[in-house]
Amino acid sequence: MCEVKVITGTSAAAEAARLADVDVIAAYPITPQTTCVEKLAEFVANGELDAEYVKVESEHSALSVCIGAAATGARTFTATASQGLALMHEVLFIASGMRLPIVMMVANRALSAPINIWNDHQDSIAQRDTGWIQIYVEDNQETLDSIIQAYKIAENDDVLLPVMVCLDGFILTHTVEPVTIPKAERVREFLGVYEPKHAYLDPDRPITQGPVGVPDCYMETRKQIEDAMERSKKVIKEVNEEFSEWFKRKYGNGLVEAYNLENADTVLVAMGTVCGTIKDVIDELKKEGKEVGLLRIRTYRPFPKEDVKELLKDAENIAVLDKNISFGFNKGALGIEMASILKNKKICNYIVGLGGRDIRIEDIKTIINDVEKSEDDKTAWIGLKE
Amino acid sequence: MQFPREELFAPGHRGCAGCGAAIVARLVLKAAGKDTICVVPTGCLEVMTTPYPETSWRVPWIHVAFENAAAVASGVESAIKALKRKRGKFANKKINVIAIGGDGGTADIGFQALSGAMERGHNILYIMYDNEAYMNTGIQRSSSTPFMAATTTSPAGSKIKGEDRPKKDVAMIMAAHGIPYVATACISYPEDFMRKVKKALSIEGPKFIQVLQPCTTGWGYPPHKTIEIGRLAVETGIFPLYEIENGEFRITYKPSKRKPVKEYIRMQKRYRHLTDEDIERIQRYIDEKCKLLGL
Repeated sequence: MCEVKVITGTSAAAEAARLADVDVIAAYPITPQTTCVEKLAEFVANGELDAEYVKVESEHSALSVCIGAAATGARTFTATASQGLALMHEVLFIASGMRLPIVMMVANRALSAPINIWNDHQDSIAQRDTGWIQIYVEDNQETLDSIIQAYKIAENDDVLLPVMVCLDGFILTHTVEPVTIPKAERVREFLGVYEPKHAYLDPDRPITQGPVGVPDCYMETRKQIEDAMERSKKVIKEVNEEFSEWFKRKYGNGLVEAYNLENADTVLVAMGTVCGTIKDVIDELKKEGKEVGLLRIRTYRPFPKEDVKELLKDAENIAVLDKNISFGFNKGALGIEMASILKNKKICNYIVGLGGRDIRIEDIKTIINDVEKSEDDKTAWIGLKE
Repeated sequence: MQFPREELFAPGHRGCAGCGAAIVARLVLKAAGKDTICVVPTGCLEVMTTPYPETSWRVPWIHVAFENAAAVASGVESAIKALKRKRGKFANKKINVIAIGGDGGTADIGFQALSGAMERGHNILYIMYDNEAYMNTGIQRSSSTPFMAATTTSPAGSKIKGEDRPKKDVAMIMAAHGIPYVATACISYPEDFMRKVKKALSIEGPKFIQVLQPCTTGWGYPPHKTIEIGRLAVETGIFPLYEIENGEFRITYKPSKRKPVKEYIRMQKRYRHLTDEDIERIQRYIDEKCKLLGL
C-alpha cells in the first residue's frame, strides 16, 4: 500500500513531481529549494522518473523552459525561492497569460538586501498579481498532497492557470517529518494523463501562441484570467474533496482551514507553518477554558473572500499575522486584504517572522492578548529587538 | 538547389517595405519545411507578424519574451523528446525547433539563455537575424552595431562619432561553445543561406546561424536596395560568409576581389558623418579581419 518516509519538505515536493509523472523539469538551484531539484535529478538518474531534466542557467530560463514545454503539451515542474522567484517575475505573468498549467514549488525565503536565506513570505507575496494560484502549506505531507492537487487544479479546463505551492523555507524544506507516499499508479490514475485540449505546438495543427495583444483584445485576456481564478475556487474545493476520497487526507475546504472557530471571539488569521504553532497555543488555552480560533488561509490566490466573510462574521478580535510587509503602508498583504473584506471589524495586523525571526509560543500569546485589549485597528511588529 | 514554391511565411505582414527580417523568415521556412516549430523573441519579427488575430506563420509558432527564446526553444525540444518517448506523440516525425531572434534578443539580453541552450546540447537551430541595432524600439545600438555606425543611442555628435565599439563577434563566441555547426549568412545570398539552414537541420545538436539582414529604416537607404547592400557587405569583406562544421572552418563565399568598404558605407545614412579618413580606418580594420579569415 502506501509507504511512509521520514523526509524533508523539498523531498516531499520532489516525490510529488515523480508521482505526477512530469515530462519536463527545469532546475536551477537556490537555497532553500536546492534539495528538491537534487532529489529530482536522482530520480531521473536512477530511472525512477522518466522526464527531461533541463539544467538551466537561471530561474528566468527555468520558467521559460517550462513555458516552452507546457506549450508543446508536456506536464512540467520547476522549483525556486526568493531571488529566483523575483528573477522569474516577468515570466510568471507570461505563464498565466498563456494559460499554461505549470506547477512550481516555492521555498519561501526573504528577499535581499540584506541577503538572507531564511524564511518569510515576501517572495511569493510580491508575485501576488501575476495570475498564479498560490497555495501555502503547513507541513510536509501537505506539500506533497498540494503539488499533486495542483496539477489536477491547473490542468482543469475551467482553470488553466499555473500554480505555485509555497512552503516555508527551512521550517519545512530542511525539517524531516513522516510523509505518506501514495502509490505512483494511484496518483497517475487520480491525475490522468495530461492531454491539453487548448493551444499547443504541433506541426499538424499550426497555431500562433503569444501574439501581440492589441488594445482591442488585451483587456479581455485579463478578464479571462480573473474569471478563471474565480472558477478555480470551486475546482480547488472539489479537488480537495476528491483527493480526500482517494487518499484519505484533506485540508479544510481546500481554500481555508477553520480551527476552533466556533465560540471563539478572538480569531487569528495566518498562512503556512506558523499555523501549527498557533494551533498548539489554541489547544493549550482551551485547556485553560479560553477559546481562540484560527483561520488558515490556504489559497492566497484565489483569495477565499466568501469563506472569510462567512467564517469571521461573529469574530470580535481579529489578529492577522503577516510574514511580509508592504513598505509605506505599514501592513502586510493579508492584513490589507482582510481589512478590505471585513467592514466594521477590529482587525489588528501583526508583522512577524521576517527573514527567519523565530515566532515563539509566547509571541502568539502576546498577539492574542494584544488584539483582545486593543480598542481599534493597529499594526504591530512582533519580535523586534529593542 | 531546389526549394519549394510553397510559402510557409505568409506574404501579408506589417514589416517596412524592403524589410530584411521578413526575407529571413521566408527563406528559413522554405528551407525547413512544415514540420517546424518556430520560437521568436520580442522584436521586429514578432511584432510585425502576429498582431492578434492575424499571423504570418503557417507553422506552429511561439513568442514568450525578449530574452528567453533559446530557453523556450529548449523547453519545446525537451517536451518533444519526452512526449515522443513516453506517449508516442509526434510519432516518427522529425520536428525542427528553430529560434529566430534579432541581434538585441540574441547578442545582448538573450545571450545568457542562448549560451545555456547551446552548452546544454539541445537539438535546436538558433538563427540570429542581425540588423545591427534595436530596430523595433527605434534604432538603438546593440552589441552587434558596427564601429562608427550612428544609432539613436550612439548618435554622431560633435565629440563622439557614432558607435565607439567594434561589432561583437557572436558567431565565433557560439563556435567557442564547441557546438557542431555555426555559420554566417546574408539574405542577399539566399541559396547559400537556405543551404546552411538545411545542413544545420540535418545535424543533431545545437546549431547557430548569424544572418545579416540590412534594415532600410535603421541603416538609412531606399527600400529597393536591401539586397544590394547585403551583397556589398559580403563583397567588401565586412560580413564574411563561412561555416564551422565540427570545428572545421570554411569560407563559403570568397569574393574574387574585395570591394572597398567605402562603396558599402557611402550608401547608408548611419555612416554619413564619416570622413574619408574615418572610412580609411574602417578599411584597415576590415583588411586585418579578412586577413585572419583568409579572405
